[in-house]
Amino acid sequence: MAEPMGFFTDTTVCIGCKACEVACKEWNQLPAANGGVRTLSGDSYDNTRQLDGIHWRHVKFIEQFSADRRQGRWLMMSDVCKHCVHAGCLEVCPTGAIVRTEFDTVDIQSDACNGCRDCIGACPFGVIDINPVSGTAQKCTLCYDRLKGGLEPACAKACPTQSINFGTIVDLKKLAQARLGTLQRAGETRASLYGADEHMLGGLNSFYLLVDRPEVYGLPTDPKIPSRNLKPSAIWSVFGSVALTLMAMVSFRNRGTRDV
Amino acid sequence: MSSTFFTASPHWRWLIVAYFFFGGLAAGSYFLATLLDLFGKDRRLVRLGYLVAFPVVCLCGLLLTADLGRPLRFWHMLVQSETFRPMLKTYSPMSSGAWALLGFGGCAFLSFVAVLVESGWFDWPALRRLSAPSPVGRVVTVIGTFLALYVAGYTGVLLAVSNRPIWADTTLLGVTFLISAVSTSAALLILLGGWGGVTGDSIHALERFDRAVLVLELLVIGALIVSLGRVAMVWLNGWGVLLVAMVLGGIAFPLVIGARPSVRGSLAPVLVLAGGLVLRAVIIFSSDGLR
Ligand code: SF4
Repeated sequence: MAEPMGFFTDTTVCIGCKACEVACKEWNQLPAANGGVRTLSGDSYDNTRQLDGIHWRHVKFIEQFSADRRQGRWLMMSDVCKHCVHAGCLEVCPTGAIVRTEFDTVDIQSDACNGCRDCIGACPFGVIDINPVSGTAQKCTLCYDRLKGGLEPACAKACPTQSINFGTIVDLKKLAQARLGTLQRAGETRASLYGADEHMLGGLNSFYLLVDRPEVYGLPTDPKIPSRNLKPSAIWSVFGSVALTLMAMVSFRNRGTRDV
Repeated sequence: MSSTFFTASPHWRWLIVAYFFFGGLAAGSYFLATLLDLFGKDRRLVRLGYLVAFPVVCLCGLLLTADLGRPLRFWHMLVQSETFRPMLKTYSPMSSGAWALLGFGGCAFLSFVAVLVESGWFDWPALRRLSAPSPVGRVVTVIGTFLALYVAGYTGVLLAVSNRPIWADTTLLGVTFLISAVSTSAALLILLGGWGGVTGDSIHALERFDRAVLVLELLVIGALIVSLGRVAMVWLNGWGVLLVAMVLGGIAFPLVIGARPSVRGSLAPVLVLAGGLVLRAVIIFSSDGLR
């Protein structure tokens, strides 16, 4: 296996230019309209709204302004698949279409996916959706094809401010720690890393530097793996099965006539 | 806020609601048929249960296939499309459920054929051994019943093994769907049995059983709401109203009228069946609406 690769997205230097969104769409040939349905919000700089089957990068615009608008700031964040080490999507996929690659990234093989959509609800971050062109679930591949060719992902290549950093996880973590230290020394005490250690789903191979609580960016504080519910749900169902069987045994015992 | 509120909906809609409902009916009818066969004495309801299960499980396969983004690839759930090796992940309810459905469908088919032979629709001596009192028939129905319970319950477990609001915020959906599958199936057999002229002791036993299951269902739905904690607040809307209507109209009211022999008839079982459908619709759609 090659070394684990990923993204470190430093949201503090994002300028919201969306070069990453455009580069992603161009390289991956993603359609503009969702199966003929226009989905542009048209009421915000955030006109693509979300990550889904045709938006594999999405720049979030979060406005934080006081009521009189004297004080304020924009938070901008280029969101993407987190390429989780313990990935919910990969866990539930019943066709084996979702795989972990030699770069320790998570990829959906479109020719194996049959569009059951189990992965969409399993992802803790709402990253995946159906691409209307293929009818299959799609998301960021971390440009697997480019990585195979020795290139960096299209979004990282296009990012003009180095908000999106691509590299080995080891290097990215060093970079992130250094940047965090710089910000904190400069007085930005709200700065923190999101997903940079193993506590979150074994580690996110696409992690972030944030300057507010994760929820403000639309990120869950404690994302969870779907299989946490498997054992308890199964145990309750077994109890239920036993109860129903006993009830039926008692109710049906010697009922009816054996004539017909 | 629960971490489930940051996720996207898989757009499972009416086809899946219908699958959950009919899957429950196929599985529950098979389960009841086997238990009536093993412990009761009236073979008419037994035959009815097996006759219902197979066509309904076929319908389930069609519903599931139609729901796929790429229906012709339905077999990718069972066979790896590149290596042609079996595809099974025991920790993914959708994967294990696909196999359970296949196995259950096979057993339902054999039991269906056995009933046709038993009823004299056609006769092929080799097939007579499929009928339940024979060892082969017994093995089929017992394996089929285990798989039926799996099919009835895994759908709720499948919803829980996700990160979606409501579904992943409780671990009681599997047992809820399981119990509802049996209560609706008993209602279906009561209804069909009544139309088919089955009367007396065995129908009354089934009615008594269904009322007991409805009481259990009431308790489990109560526990489900409690287990959701603050997340249950998302039901302070039309879906919550529908859920209350389902509990009152599909469980409480049938319990009340079912207990009075004078008003027994088709109404109680029809309401129980409608309640089972509404329950699944509420669980699916109330979560679907939350991005
Ligand atoms: S962020 Fe979602 S889609 Fe990406 S690897 Fe994790 S679970 Fe899968």
